[in-house]
Amino acid sequence: MTLGGELKEGLKLSLAALQANKARAVLTMLGIIIGIISVTLMGAAIEGLTRAFNNSISSIGADVLYVQKWPWMDTGDDWWKFRNRRDLEIDYADKIRKDATLFSAVAPVVGRMGTLKYENKTANNVQVQGTTSDLLYVTNMGFTEGRFFTDEETRGDRPLAVIGADVADQLFPNQDPIGKHLKVNGLSFRVIGVRSKQGSFMGMFSLDNVVIIPIGRFQSIFGKHFHPSIEARVSDPNDMENAKEELRGIMRKVRGLAPLQEDDFSINQQDLLTSAFNKIAGTIGAVGLFVTALSLFVGGIGIMNIMFVSVTERTKEIGIRKAMGAKRRTILVQFLIESSLICLGGGLIGLAFSYPLSLLVDKVLPTSLPISIAMIGILISLTVGVISGIIPAFRASRLDPVEALRYE
Amino acid sequence: MKVIELVKVNKVYDMGAEVQVNALRDISLSIERGEYVAIMGPSGSGKTTLMNILGCLDTPTSGLYLFDGVNVSDMDDNELARIRNQGIGFVFQTFNLIPRSDALHNVELPLIYSGVPSGERKERALKTLEMVGLGQRVHHKPNELSGGQRQRVAIARALINNPSIILADEPTGNLDSKTGDEIMMFLEELHDKGNTIILVTHEEYIAEHSRRIIRIKDGEIESDLPIEKNGKVKSTHPSEKAQA
Repeated sequence: MTLGGELKEGLKLSLAALQANKARAVLTMLGIIIGIISVTLMGAAIEGLTRAFNNSISSIGADVLYVQKWPWMDTGDDWWKFRNRRDLEIDYADKIRKDATLFSAVAPVVGRMGTLKYENKTANNVQVQGTTSDLLYVTNMGFTEGRFFTDEETRGDRPLAVIGADVADQLFPNQDPIGKHLKVNGLSFRVIGVRSKQGSFMGMFSLDNVVIIPIGRFQSIFGKHFHPSIEARVSDPNDMENAKEELRGIMRKVRGLAPLQEDDFSINQQDLLTSAFNKIAGTIGAVGLFVTALSLFVGGIGIMNIMFVSVTERTKEIGIRKAMGAKRRTILVQFLIESSLICLGGGLIGLAFSYPLSLLVDKVLPTSLPISIAMIGILISLTVGVISGIIPAFRASRLDPVEALRYE
Repeated sequence: MKVIELVKVNKVYDMGAEVQVNALRDISLSIERGEYVAIMGPSGSGKTTLMNILGCLDTPTSGLYLFDGVNVSDMDDNELARIRNQGIGFVFQTFNLIPRSDALHNVELPLIYSGVPSGERKERALKTLEMVGLGQRVHHKPNELSGGQRQRVAIARALINNPSIILADEPTGNLDSKTGDEIMMFLEELHDKGNTIILVTHEEYIAEHSRRIIRIKDGEIESDLPIEKNGKVKSTHPSEKAQA
């Protein structure tokens, strides 16, 4: 009998055997179903997390360096060291711009929460940002309507505002915000632009709940004690390292640091977040998959157990088949197919469950069940089936026909 | 032509603790094609061991076993499986049908393992079932059949691959005497058609259906004698057949 024939016959026999013991087959499958659901959902969650991060991180330009008091990443240094650093000043932006050769735009950005009003509508806890016209070039800002303020308008401290998509929706539903006057903490601003939608950061807070105004105006609302971060766009993204060194040199000069003194500022960039995220996501993924794989493992043990029962139960049948000329391999294949079928069935049912569940997860964390995870899920369940079936199947194939025929 | 030839076959079982049981001692015998032989002996005589070896379900510890002229004494499991599949048709006391499968599938079984395509398999199985008088019962499962019908399914299964020998182990042991007689008549017919039948039994009157009785005792052949038929069953002795 050829292997192909054995596979075909084994498939028929296994289907019949499973049908004869439906309840048992389903219960055994349950372990695999749960295992596959947890593995695929874990995969989907990690996928969603990564996707959300990549979407969010894109709002922080990959080619923008941020000069700030605090580093984005924990460097292991004492908190007080950063706390005691001097604050950054708005005019650093001009000083950097003057000396920089590797940067195309530099802008200071200050921010705090404020309250917006338009007619009888109010928007609380809106991020109010004060900056210069250069921010347009630093961030490659897009607009659904209108424009950003110009250099002259910045320097003239004109009461102009560019609003985020959420603010536009909230204060100006069903009307054109351009030219309307809204109040930022009681002071009137004319809306000249609506920024295109940025989405949310990791599903946690919206990046569109923002109003951007000239930095001088910001100071006249909130006072002059707000310290900016300086955002600088690198001309050539392939030259980030040199640009970073240049920026550092300029900042040290601005700060008047002696050669051996430590930097008293941080230069942050997207890279830091990405690599940190990858590390965290990798750890979460590894731990999560390990834990969920454990449940699959338990499911596999269940299959192995039931296959042992199945082999013992059918000892006589195996004896008969052997007497009729079934070879070892034929018996082995028959039982392997049976355990694989249980697992494959469990895997498919598991996927049928985890797909709608992933849509639920999607409500919290934008995600999807990628085909690759579904395929891997099926592959894993087949593997579990073969692995957990191999020992019982091997035992069945080695049964002595005389002993097996005598078995009652 | 010899179908079976045993030369000084021994079977020793290791019972552990250096206890050995000699189930068969220097058994030598040969069976010609077309013979109808009964192997008799009380329990513990070694007749089951002998049957297992003849049926290629087991191998001798020492000695030579030629089946159809081929030495099978030291074949491995898979080669033995092939011999069982193509050379031997088993009929067991407890029928040994697969309970979940219908008569047709049970009869097909040996053909599955010889790799016969399913269309031909069905055709041959149907024909064989008709031959044993079960043409109307092909889709009945064993538990839907009477004992006699089950044994006929088993006989159909034994016949389907045109084996060199039919090995019947107490074929009437689980049947009432009337049904048992029917089965014995049936074996008789098979013998008349030229099949070689080896019957293992401890019942004298069953053994008397055969043409030659080999008696086993304590692992040795006690006697090996042809028997003359008396009235009830009309047939000629194989030796006479050979002369004819």
